Amino acid sequence: MPASHAELRAALAGANGQPVIARGLGRSYGDSSLAPTVFSSLSRAMLLEFDTERGLLRCEAGASLADILAVIVPRGWFLPVTPGTRFVTAGGALASDVHGKNHHVDGCFSAHVTEIELMLADGTVVHCAADRNRELFQATCGGMGLTGIILSVQLRLRRIDSALIAQRTFRARSLEHAFELFEREADATYSVAWIDCVAAGRQLGRSLLMTGEHAGPGTLAPATARPIAVPADLPARLLNRRTVGAFNSLYFHLPRAADSLVHYEKFFYPLDRLLQWNRLYGRKGFLQYQFVLPLEAGAAGMQEILSRISASGKGSFLAVLKRLGGQNANYLSFPVAGYTLALDFKMEEGVLELLNELDAMVAGHGGRLYLAKDSRMSVETFRRGYPAWEKLQAVRALHGASGRFASLQSERIGL
Amino acid sequence: MMKVLIVGATSAIAQAVARQMAARGDTLFLLARSEERLAALEADLRIRGAPLVGSSAFDAAALDRHAALLQQAHAHMGGIDVVLVAYGTLNEQQACERDVGQTLQALHTNGTSVIALLTLLANRFEAQGHGTLAVIGSVAGDRGRQSNYVYGTAKGMLAIFLQGLRNRLHRCGVNVLTIKPGFVDTPMTAAFEKGPLWASPEQVASRIILAIDKGWDVVYAPAFWRLIMLVITTIPERVFKRLSL
Repeated sequence: MPASHAELRAALAGANGQPVIARGLGRSYGDSSLAPTVFSSLSRAMLLEFDTERGLLRCEAGASLADILAVIVPRGWFLPVTPGTRFVTAGGALASDVHGKNHHVDGCFSAHVTEIELMLADGTVVHCAADRNRELFQATCGGMGLTGIILSVQLRLRRIDSALIAQRTFRARSLEHAFELFEREADATYSVAWIDCVAAGRQLGRSLLMTGEHAGPGTLAPATARPIAVPADLPARLLNRRTVGAFNSLYFHLPRAADSLVHYEKFFYPLDRLLQWNRLYGRKGFLQYQFVLPLEAGAAGMQEILSRISASGKGSFLAVLKRLGGQNANYLSFPVAGYTLALDFKMEEGVLELLNELDAMVAGHGGRLYLAKDSRMSVETFRRGYPAWEKLQAVRALHGASGRFASLQSERIGL
Repeated sequence: MMKVLIVGATSAIAQAVARQMAARGDTLFLLARSEERLAALEADLRIRGAPLVGSSAFDAAALDRHAALLQQAHAHMGGIDVVLVAYGTLNEQQACERDVGQTLQALHTNGTSVIALLTLLANRFEAQGHGTLAVIGSVAGDRGRQSNYVYGTAKGMLAIFLQGLRNRLHRCGVNVLTIKPGFVDTPMTAAFEKGPLWASPEQVASRIILAIDKGWDVVYAPAFWRLIMLVITTIPERVFKRLSL
């Protein structure tokens, strides 16, 4: 992406009506930032303003959360909402309207964004906020880059006294027990559960629930552990029902302290330490699947889906269960009040059919899939899950974005 | 804490160097063409911890302005300890082959304009008796090859000039560093398909800062390029001329 506004305007005009999509660090799992023409935002990654007294940060959209954290944490500030990896850009975090372990308390990323600058298809730059160009803001937050190019983001940060998180761990014997624990620990700022999708029968849905709070005054220094990288694609056979089942059993039963102090990097970003972890799935790779079921579906709804996954034998290596808080006003923002499950599936025969089955079950319970994780959802599934899609289209049409900003995903889901 | 002048500060590698230096509290003065980007970069570096940042618009081709800009940087920072010359273009080889003007322009931008600046800097540093002159060359300057020899010529020209400078300035206690990056993923190389040999600007920046701190003469970035170029430069000419590198 050209660095200056004028050059970017020219590049948009020069695209000759061919649709473009902006791309940050490319951590979305599917085709959300893939298109014949991609504008990389990484060349626009400056930090523009930082009010260290009031905790307001304005940055270009290409600045990564990792970069931002490196600057704000030593000064006693933290991101109000962070997803499971810090290697995403501010623009990407907004375009997916990411949520974190504190969604049930603090909502999505956009809830803490005070203003954004957006360049429309004709090159005009507009300022949007919850109270300014409101509909365009609601279309852009979670809008997967389909309304325009996000230029800059202003964030309200959260004050911290320490880089450490006071973590508590609970063992849940089953899915129902996990749900009970989530409700019991509803006041915890951060909560998430790691869930075993391979165990069947009575142990179905056994999980480790982790809650966290920012610790009292202490060190603000970064963690010293250096990341390790998976050097090459591993043979796909290494990850199968037996090995994953064994790993899960071990992980579940490993003795662990109920209470501990961990560095925020370890609490929020355990996977970031293992770069290129996708290579564990071998050359064919994997699919990520994340859905939310509204509260009304209850534990029974989640149980039904989990049973189907367990029965398929396509055990997921990593599965995360989270209690989400209420839905916001953004048209394509994923969370609704209920429970979300995120899992990986090794790419193998039968997976696509299984996911289609799961789609139907999710839709049947009134749920939906997360666009940032999706790579194969159909038009029907999307429209059923996101009834506000028509409002998004209207806003796009109004601001000249239709046909100008598009990705392989948006084409696939009929936007 | 160093006083660092960065010429071509808005290029990807220079920005990465500036950010790492700001984080450790160095004072910076930035020269680049775009005032809009310079202003944003100044703000960015201050936020990251640079105690003092100044900047000025700079056009490599405007040779007559070089001396005044160096004076401005010196005045703003109260001295200059390190200069990093980080501007350049990757000209299209085929276009240069067809057009003498483009070839000479490429050689001027990447070669002689840098030499003009270095001539002024060498005298300044010789008088002050300390500091480091660091210039971004390229592995392309180690051996001419058919796919980019115009670019390689300019960078090779710089390498030899810097060798001479290094020899001349050694007795005055001034270091001269030739930086030789391999393939780096930046806007300059946006058109190329990337592979395992490609490095990020941040990786190259770390090598540059390490080399400056340690007073090295030549640094390959990443380090494995030293081995690759050793092999490349050892290939006999009668063999190399048949290759399509």
